Amino acid sequence: MTTVWKRKDLVGLKDLSANEIKLILDTAKSLQEISLRPVKKVPTLRGRTVANLFFEPSTRTRISFELAEKRLSADTINFTGSTSSTVKGETLKDTVRNIESLKVEIIVMRHPASGAPHRLAEALPVSVVNAGDGINEHPTQALLDMFTIQEKKGNLSGIKVAFIGDILHSRVARSNIWGLTKMGAKVVVCAPKTLLPPQVEALGVSATTDLDQAIKDADVINLLRIQTERQSECYFPSIREYANSYQINREVLKHAKPDVLIMHPGPVNRGIELSSEVMDGPYSVILDQVTNGLAVRMAVLYLLSGARKKVVEK
Amino acid sequence: MNLLIKQAHVIDPKNQVDGVFDLLIKKGSIAELKKEIKADGVEVFDAKGLHLFPGLIDMHVHFREPGFEQKETIVSGAKAALKGGFVAAVTMPNTNPPCDHQSVIDNIIRKANEVPFYIFPSATLTKERAGKELSEMADLKRAGAWAVTDDGSWVSDSLLMRRAMEYASMLNLLVISHAEDHRLTSDGVMNESVVSTKLGLKGIPDASEEIAASRDIILAELTHAPLHLTHISTKGTVELVRAAKAKKLPVTCDVTPHHISLTDEMLEHYDTNFKMMPPLRTEEDRKALVSGLKDGAIDAIATDHAPHTDEEKMAEFSDAPVGVTGLETALGVILTKLYHGKILSLSEIVMKMSMRPSEILKLPNGFGQIKVGTEANLTLVDLNHEWMVRKEEFVSKSKNSCFIGAKFKGKAVVTICRGKLWQRQS
Repeated sequence: MTTVWKRKDLVGLKDLSANEIKLILDTAKSLQEISLRPVKKVPTLRGRTVANLFFEPSTRTRISFELAEKRLSADTINFTGSTSSTVKGETLKDTVRNIESLKVEIIVMRHPASGAPHRLAEALPVSVVNAGDGINEHPTQALLDMFTIQEKKGNLSGIKVAFIGDILHSRVARSNIWGLTKMGAKVVVCAPKTLLPPQVEALGVSATTDLDQAIKDADVINLLRIQTERQSECYFPSIREYANSYQINREVLKHAKPDVLIMHPGPVNRGIELSSEVMDGPYSVILDQVTNGLAVRMAVLYLLSGARKKVVEK
Repeated sequence: MNLLIKQAHVIDPKNQVDGVFDLLIKKGSIAELKKEIKADGVEVFDAKGLHLFPGLIDMHVHFREPGFEQKETIVSGAKAALKGGFVAAVTMPNTNPPCDHQSVIDNIIRKANEVPFYIFPSATLTKERAGKELSEMADLKRAGAWAVTDDGSWVSDSLLMRRAMEYASMLNLLVISHAEDHRLTSDGVMNESVVSTKLGLKGIPDASEEIAASRDIILAELTHAPLHLTHISTKGTVELVRAAKAKKLPVTCDVTPHHISLTDEMLEHYDTNFKMMPPLRTEEDRKALVSGLKDGAIDAIATDHAPHTDEEKMAEFSDAPVGVTGLETALGVILTKLYHGKILSLSEIVMKMSMRPSEILKLPNGFGQIKVGTEANLTLVDLNHEWMVRKEEFVSKSKNSCFIGAKFKGKAVVTICRGKLWQRQS
């Protein structure tokens, strides 16, 4: 039975079924070749308008979405700003309703508050794509990670993926955990104890503080950016000690599988979570992730737009 | 006011009364309580099928005045309380200016008379609630303060807290503690649990409350000063209080209707009406709180009525202010979950919502019991009235209830306060 995309929004992978995830990945696969054509554009979203609202700094996600929208011929508007929660001003809902009044069909939003896109999606008829909410989810990043793994390893089921780094504050890790476990992959998360979320095993993953144990038998090592300010928040004693214990470098990789993939959502702190030699080495698929991100985001926009069309036709 | 209440089922655990009686109010005071009273020329209220409680007393409310009148005023808060069956409340001092000066206390008490309603205000423990210097407690007491607390700003300085407890107990002022180690709370916005991990929200560990509660209990032992821990929320804190009581320490506590009926699973939709401090905890904690009520470890039920405007609560979850309203839903929650849920008897509920609060606060004779010769402060309750909580029906200025849409069985139908009849509820 073929899955049909019915959702108005993509707020996270937590509520998606394995079939829905597969549909996005399959759709991305079929859209991938568009970017290889001399004329990299299809008219799929012609006449439709997408607003990119980034309330938090972003370079690669914002550019990736914008390019995905342009390749599908959508009209795009961009808003980049900061939110100050406590100041009295326009609420997020009002901001988005204003944009919706301009007949915008899809909102792509990054917001520092966990749950912000969920609340909007429930309250408003516009389609909402979550481009990262607080420390909660970053579904398109996880989808492009899964797409890349599938591309390189042939499948997701039975693949062991290790996440190393600040799991606690990582929306990338959370979305990947939801997605990968649904697709039958084995997930291990590894960090100093201070950066592991409470009871994370209840999400169907194993957790360890030991790097060697995490990467042993791993088919994929997905690194997370460590934020240097966490040191002042008592999460670890120093960047130096963190790097000594958790950096992926050539020495550490001696304990890993010979065909292991190294992934990173970026931006990379070279020399902290990842050594330059490994980042630029043969295991690294970091730039493939970026390329695949485009196809995955095109797929998401295409599917949401199709679901909207069906609703309108009814 | 003169009124003859006929055939009400009176529940007064203080005087071991549990049966159907007539009650005569003359000039606002309880004149007679007998099986059958005949009085001519007096308005008669047929209370057949209704229960008569001593007026409910809420040990923890925020009426926001002065300073935050857009959320609630003393008058609007008092009206919400009367609707919910309450005749008296202890207001928290986190107003602007804070209740650290006798003029603020004086103003609050005066405004409560307009309704009429009883407010037994708490004053700050430290000047400006800043946790640095003691407030002028003797002066505040003279102005009418009944308790001292810095509420949401737990006094982290143990020496200052020791002195505050000694000084307050000398003045017969109850020390109320909102036990929370703010360093451990950090930037948490909900209970730290598997649910916070699933929702991607920062958690607040049980230890934040339990460390603070432990220290305060130890200081109560050192100083012999009465300590009241308010809105306790974890299994660990229930155990701490139970242990303190076993040692005969002067420690009491209360719990809110939301903590005994809801858990952190409610946060699934990031609805800010479920954001409060302390946060909703796990089912295990909820059960421990209910057990604590049953076995007496927990003395009282208090609402922590904390109004906020819709605009403020419209913010994203991590940015929205903490707190929910509670006065108009408390009795419905308690009767539904604890009485109809066959956990507490009506006598036990009256103990938790009237008798014990009155004893802990050392209120005058007209509170916490039904006593001939005292002013009439009473609540008439229909145990079987089924109703749904509707946002548009709140009397409080704010509508930030975590029970909107909930169905309850049991409601206050008439509240009599200061010997005056508050309008009957539909």
